[in-house]
Amino acid sequence: MARITMREAISQALWEEMERDPRVFILGEEVGVWGGTYAVTKGFYDHFGPERVRDTPIAEAAIIGAAIGAALTGLRPVAELMTINFAFSAMDHIVNQAAKLHYMFGGQMILPLVIRAVGGGGRQLGATHSQTPDAIFAHFPGLKVVAPGTPADAKGMLKAAIRSQDPVLFIEHATLYQTRGEVPEGDYIVPLGKSTIQREGRHVTIVTYSKMLEISTKAADQLAKEGIEAEIVDLRSLRPLDMGPVLESFKKTNRAVIVEEGWKSYGVGAEVASRIYEEAFDYVDAPIKRVAQAEVPLPYNRTLEQMALPQVEDVIKAVKEVL
Amino acid sequence: MEKRDYLDLYHQMVVIRRLEERSAELYQQGKIGGFLHLYIGQEAVSTGLISVRRPEDRIITAYRDHGVAINCGLSAREVMAELLGKATGCSRGKGGSMHLADVKKNFWGGHAIVGAHLPIAAGLALGDVYQNNQAVTVCMFGDGATNIGYFHEALNLSKVWNLPVLWVCENNQYGMGTAVERASAVSEIRRKADGYGMKSEAVDGMDVMKVREVSARLYEEIRNGSGPQFLEVITYRFRGHSMGDPERYRSSEEVKTWLENDPIGIYHRYLLENDIASEEELQQQIQMAEEEVNDAVAFAEASPEPPAEELFKHIYVEG
Repeated sequence: MARITMREAISQALWEEMERDPRVFILGEEVGVWGGTYAVTKGFYDHFGPERVRDTPIAEAAIIGAAIGAALTGLRPVAELMTINFAFSAMDHIVNQAAKLHYMFGGQMILPLVIRAVGGGGRQLGATHSQTPDAIFAHFPGLKVVAPGTPADAKGMLKAAIRSQDPVLFIEHATLYQTRGEVPEGDYIVPLGKSTIQREGRHVTIVTYSKMLEISTKAADQLAKEGIEAEIVDLRSLRPLDMGPVLESFKKTNRAVIVEEGWKSYGVGAEVASRIYEEAFDYVDAPIKRVAQAEVPLPYNRTLEQMALPQVEDVIKAVKEVL
Repeated sequence: MEKRDYLDLYHQMVVIRRLEERSAELYQQGKIGGFLHLYIGQEAVSTGLISVRRPEDRIITAYRDHGVAINCGLSAREVMAELLGKATGCSRGKGGSMHLADVKKNFWGGHAIVGAHLPIAAGLALGDVYQNNQAVTVCMFGDGATNIGYFHEALNLSKVWNLPVLWVCENNQYGMGTAVERASAVSEIRRKADGYGMKSEAVDGMDVMKVREVSARLYEEIRNGSGPQFLEVITYRFRGHSMGDPERYRSSEEVKTWLENDPIGIYHRYLLENDIASEEELQQQIQMAEEEVNDAVAFAEASPEPPAEELFKHIYVEG
């Protein structure tokens, strides 16, 4: 097993799937000649050519709409949105088209489509380029929404997404691209819609995903020094949401903290906490805590931005409150 | 064209007209729910346009889609059953009037968000180019759709990628109740294609033979690699935007002038004047269409409701 970055893992999954299946192609802004604004598709244009690595105009509705149409003809497009913040310009095509066509036409339309989009704050990009709007997309039945937090999951889940017959929004995090991890070589698949226990512990359950897995792991390391063993459940997929490992862990620890980067209101934490209350109320020993972004548009200033984003200390504090 | 081809066009137009008249009645009886957008007055457009497509050519349209469905070869039965929300409808009762489709007949829907199907049409054509299919994608939309961003993104993309799309604007003079010149900076809509370096022309949409003729030529040009082209079809909807439209935006004189140009009447006279068919033969077609629609209504009414398990089917293909 090689120790590679998240960027390399995603790139590897795309490359291998394009080698494996001629129906797979990439379209998006600067994916070709430029090599991807986050360098994920560097070298693809030269190897696969302009037909399979298609630079598009800056027109997100056209990108997603065209990807939907191509998918309907039996191709397997991977559409890249430069950031998830630009998905709002393609909202109708994601929500009203991609998520609906299969159902609305009685199953006759099939869209094997992947939308890759990078999100998250922490890079001083200002309010319009730093959002974590994952929960919004996870609201809609018909769309699959996944957000891996490790390089291995990124590779395995992107391959699963490309092979899926359903439209999948694959959310990456801008500050995770350099994160390294062990990644199996070759055909490594991680099924969509499966959460997993990333770290075992017996005192408290931390439920999280994507970038916040890293924050939660650092918090758990520090807590361990104080003798507090936190179990971490990585959701990985927001829709379908797999509550199995969450409930299994909670029934053991009876306490939970949910850590997400997006805003707390109507968010992932709200959903997960409600489901725990609904399905495991008898096991609740303390009110469930949520750690999330301050309810402000993210400011540019570095200090202010970090104040708004969930930090390791916030997770530690929340864990101690539920113990 | 053989005589039976001429009669077939007539038959299709009358079936659409009767099917829609009956659906208006069924709507008023509460048997059809939601919105119902009638195509009455515009029958010559889709009938002419689709009559010359090859099976591999893809058709996609907006929500005023009943006529397009019939022209694409869907039966009056499965269209009417969909309007009634029955299990036997072309979308299994889950789409309704605005979401008819049959992908096996290369009819890609019925789309209800104004303009949103235009980028999808570009994608269908991209799929054909990618797979070396010699097919044309025909994308129909109303004049109202030419003012929304999707229209401009899609036309631009189709030209940049030289996609085999025939963009067909059915200019029926009104986007809901707003006249073209009150909503569009240019009232000659085909001029909008100029902005994308795209060839365009206009045709009288009340004359099925004219629509057919120009369509046949454009399909061939596009099939031979001309890239996307734009066709503005001048037409008129005889009924309101949807059922329950108070029609305060147009005068009865205006409507009367257009009614004198009924596309079925024009084609009826054309067939008689050119000795293609006799009055008796045309009456026979009307009779057949009438029976077909009666049968469709009976079939739809007798069809079962979708079973409860249908509610959770087709959210995803997998899981």
